[in-house]
Amino acid sequence: MTETTASNPAAPAPAASGSRFVNIGERTNVTGSAKFKKLIMAGDYAAAIEVARQQVENGAQVIDINMDEGLLDAVEAMTTFLNLIAAEPDIARVPIMIDSSKWEVIEAGLKCVSGKPIVNSISMKEGEEPFLEHARKCMAYGAAVVVMAFDETGQADTKARKVEICKRAYKLLTGIGFPPEDIIFDPNVFAVATGIEDHDRYGLDFIEAVAEIKAACPHVHFSGGLSNLSFSFRGNETVRRAMHSVFLYYAIPAGLDMSIVNAGQLDVYDQIDPVLREACEDVILMRTPKAGGEQTATERLIELAESYKGQDKAQEKAAQEWRGWEPVKRIEHALVKGIDAHIVEDTEEARQAIFAAGGRPIEVIEGPLMDGMNVVGDLFGSGKMFLPQVVKSARVMKKAVAHLIPFIEAEKDAKSKAKGRIIMATVKGDVHDIGKNIVGVVLQCNGYEVIDLGVMVPWSTILDTAQKEQVDIIGLSGLITPSLDEMVTVAEEMQRAEMSIPLLIGGATTSKVHTALRIDPAYKGAVVHVLDASRAVGVASQLLSDTQADGFIESVAIDYEKVRVAREGKGKKDVLPIAQARANAYQPDFADKAPAPVQPGLHVFEDWDLADLRETFDWTPFFRAWELAGTYPAILEDEVVGESARNLFADAQKMLDTIIEEKWLTAKGVCAFWECHQDGDDILLADGTRLPMLRQQFEKSRGRANFCLSDFVDPAGDWLGGFAVGIHGIDEHIARFKANHDDYSDILLKALADRFAEAFAERLHQHVRTTLWGYAPNEQLTNEALIREQYRGIRPAPGYPACPDHSLKPILFDLLKAQDNAGITLTESQAMLPTSAVSGFYFAHPESQYFGVARIGRDQLEDYAARRGVDVALAERWLRPNLD
Amino acid sequence: MSARDAFLEQAKARILITDGAFGTEIQNWKLAEADYAGTLGLGHDQKGNNDILALTKPEVPEAIHRAYFEAGADIAETNTFSANRISQADYGAEHLVREINVASAQLARRVADEFQARDGRPRFVAGAIGPTNKTLSLSPDVNDPGYREIDWDTLVDVYKEQAAALVEGGADFILIETVFDTLNAKAGIMAVKQLEADLGREVPIMLSMTLTDLSGRNLSGHTVEAFWHAVRHAKPLTIGLNCSFGATQLRPHVKVLSEISDSLIMIYPNAGLPNELGAYDEMPDTTAGFVEEWARAGQVNVLGGCCGSTPAHIGAIARAVEGLAPRRAPVLAPITRLAGLEPFTMAA
Repeated sequence: MTETTASNPAAPAPAASGSRFVNIGERTNVTGSAKFKKLIMAGDYAAAIEVARQQVENGAQVIDINMDEGLLDAVEAMTTFLNLIAAEPDIARVPIMIDSSKWEVIEAGLKCVSGKPIVNSISMKEGEEPFLEHARKCMAYGAAVVVMAFDETGQADTKARKVEICKRAYKLLTGIGFPPEDIIFDPNVFAVATGIEDHDRYGLDFIEAVAEIKAACPHVHFSGGLSNLSFSFRGNETVRRAMHSVFLYYAIPAGLDMSIVNAGQLDVYDQIDPVLREACEDVILMRTPKAGGEQTATERLIELAESYKGQDKAQEKAAQEWRGWEPVKRIEHALVKGIDAHIVEDTEEARQAIFAAGGRPIEVIEGPLMDGMNVVGDLFGSGKMFLPQVVKSARVMKKAVAHLIPFIEAEKDAKSKAKGRIIMATVKGDVHDIGKNIVGVVLQCNGYEVIDLGVMVPWSTILDTAQKEQVDIIGLSGLITPSLDEMVTVAEEMQRAEMSIPLLIGGATTSKVHTALRIDPAYKGAVVHVLDASRAVGVASQLLSDTQADGFIESVAIDYEKVRVAREGKGKKDVLPIAQARANAYQPDFADKAPAPVQPGLHVFEDWDLADLRETFDWTPFFRAWELAGTYPAILEDEVVGESARNLFADAQKMLDTIIEEKWLTAKGVCAFWECHQDGDDILLADGTRLPMLRQQFEKSRGRANFCLSDFVDPAGDWLGGFAVGIHGIDEHIARFKANHDDYSDILLKALADRFAEAFAERLHQHVRTTLWGYAPNEQLTNEALIREQYRGIRPAPGYPACPDHSLKPILFDLLKAQDNAGITLTESQAMLPTSAVSGFYFAHPESQYFGVARIGRDQLEDYAARRGVDVALAERWLRPNLD
Repeated sequence: MSARDAFLEQAKARILITDGAFGTEIQNWKLAEADYAGTLGLGHDQKGNNDILALTKPEVPEAIHRAYFEAGADIAETNTFSANRISQADYGAEHLVREINVASAQLARRVADEFQARDGRPRFVAGAIGPTNKTLSLSPDVNDPGYREIDWDTLVDVYKEQAAALVEGGADFILIETVFDTLNAKAGIMAVKQLEADLGREVPIMLSMTLTDLSGRNLSGHTVEAFWHAVRHAKPLTIGLNCSFGATQLRPHVKVLSEISDSLIMIYPNAGLPNELGAYDEMPDTTAGFVEEWARAGQVNVLGGCCGSTPAHIGAIARAVEGLAPRRAPVLAPITRLAGLEPFTMAA
């Protein structure tokens, strides 16, 4: 866990001071916030909690809680509120400042706060003994304290009194062993510019006292309530904000560490009207005004203040911060932050400015937009930004470009100077495109023109487009294993067409080894496997660089040759003869086999409750899809990608709410159970359907068996289950996102649909175990346990390691009538449609387990082809990944 | 020399060994209800009330302490995990809390002294205080998150009663262990501080947190670092982790704690993760191999075992770390360490 260090975005101290300023949320204070007070008085704690949440979301690093209101039982209110906050991890993650002038309220608070809080405050007002008594209690409860500069004679006003009282308190506290670093002095901020001459020094006295106390009392901190300072300008927010910011600007370097102030009510020092700023500085620092003739600093500020009265606050606020910047800077900001709210108007403003200067619309893209995206690209490249943010940035870019395109086309000269033109396609037979879309976005962000041909793209379309559009690179993607073969086909066809442009290979099942072994030899041009989206830009830029291309291609070729040579040696290692592997089959104890299903036959689920599935989500793969490495929920707190992951997770939760509320998706599924028995490596169903399985054929050590799924089925009679589930309804929403140039939502929805499908498979399996087959009626598993598959039985899917032949899917689908019952169809490569779908077999024997078939021998291949009733060449094509 | 000083002196020279699980060892005795109940004439079924054996069958905890000392332990943790008013109420034995704790501490003391007399090596008795089954930070009612089953003052009294009896019986330290709720631990610290004020002398505290998820938080949601910030005012003799998971899963969190705390680090993990039947089957040498890595990395001062560990595990651990240098605590900069569920620091 990283330690949070503080900074103050609203009132930057001079850069050289290196000061850190703690932002304390002050809205949860009945004396400071009328709204909060109203909620607490009305007993509306739910809404009051939201106030606290907002504070933390807006960056409060500590939240101050104060219930000091005459009509309120403050002990009761403090206890109730703190107990409620403890149940809100988003709020409870930050330390609490227990704020009251009554010790019994503070102590009630200390009894509820589980971390290490700050007590605000104690003082020597009633003498040394009560002061030390409270300090000892704070030590016993484990709390830091704010010590007010207050003694028996009253509140310290002058610098000398402040210093004297604080030094005395320091000596007393350290004398009883109070840790000095847990002391926070509040030397009292008083109102200045009141017209009373004695008050003129108050601001400066505070600042100077802080510096002096800091030097005399090692390790202590300082806090101050700002609102007092500007008390005489009540009702004139512009002046008050300016005074606060100016005060902080000088007090922070002196040593002020924290202030109870609404960060939204501070100005950025540099953005205060210079005239007002100087007047405030004159007042706070007790300077004689340069401007204003004979006026005193106070008189001048009072006079100036008149002109700031009644300014429209909303307008002021909007004019503040980035919305007040130059359009070019605004565009950069919007791109880096991924804010699309104003991008069209900003783009239009930039276009008009460029037009007025005699420029062309395309220059908006080549200038500000590309500059902004370059910043994004640099941040991404250097690991300061992460994929979800980049995709959001791309959404902003796309909206801007979409706004400009009509102008560019009207100009009839649309030759943009992209860095290169790249085709992206998911190959024929495959429908998975999340990864491909991400790579496309990243490339576009970096100035490449991407022609996205979509999914299930036949090689002919790819080649035709490449030639017609004169592209510079072709990028292929695929998720399922048959796509690997299809990629080889594309490479072969490119060679036949005597093309020479580079071919990029990516997707979950692709690998450097497969690319080197099977695709690279098929095509004389450069073939490069791209591991993930973050590498795509580096690869593309080197391939298209005049100076680097040859060297890069050469180095890849050498690398792949090494892979091939290394592999050649490995390939020689023989697999066992299949008979020998069969002799080492796994032999479970069939006395333990599951009983016959409680509810045999076929079960159809038309519309499984999405809210129920959401509860079962396994989030880790979701983050992996976005190339955020880590395990949920730890990833949310990850030092490097945590913030990105949290934002992505929040967006996902929001979309999930809508998906469920507006019923975007429908979860349809089917499962069935069949009587069967083991017949060698086959499973033979009672209706005569034969399901041939593959057996591990590599040599096993330490008495491990050579597994085959049929091993888990009793030759004397047993049961097998099967299922298929799919998530329908995604298309219309994807179309809408596409129309809005919103890749982010597009990818997000697809990734969530995948989670729904996986969760459905998990939930259905559970339902099967406990109810339908019912062999584990008393199973009680947490979601974590489900994700870790700590249950009895397995559900291997065709196309995955235990059952690598995708072509078993049509048999399974026929048995399930999956198309009629769950609306799921298969492509020629056996990819399922809709894309978010899962299917597989159920094995219930307690000893059944997942394994990988891995490499098989020629003998098993030929035997399998015979059992499957297909010719060897076809079987070879299906099982290619297990033969290499 | 005070027990704290004696302990620190030993810990300077070597890695100390605390004991292992009691529950599983007691199970091996296959005791019947009558064995637990003895002649106390309590109304409730006492089977499973392990702590009451100090009164009804003291030879059982004594034998277990002896077995752990034989295996090489330096510390005996009293068999009093549930010997508090709240947990004993389930057995109708809440009126016996003082007696159970005094007797448990006495018998542990006796065995410890016996071993110390045998070879001259100091042995210590840590009076163990469990978390109770009530929590100050969480509501048991999902519909009413502000509700609490117990309040601070009551819990402080419960802990104080137990701690006082343990010290009376001869415990050197109070071990507040298996901390799933940081606020409960803070109440425990307050109880010991009050006891110290009553006795007019120091009662050193040992603290041990238990993690409930792999990201390294306890049930009340605190990270290891936030926990350290929240309890540092106890000036604990040792701070560490117990139970939670097996040693493998604890590894990253041990490293963090060892880097941020200036107390001695005491870790006593479970013997791996439970298998499908809820039993622990990690072999002694396996556990010892894991914890030895921490020792070699200079991250620990005291090692032992929790659920599923046996004298064989403790023996294996003692052998594995024999001769290895103990961790040297870092000197901490005087910065302000605050915490919500997560740590927050302010540099000076």
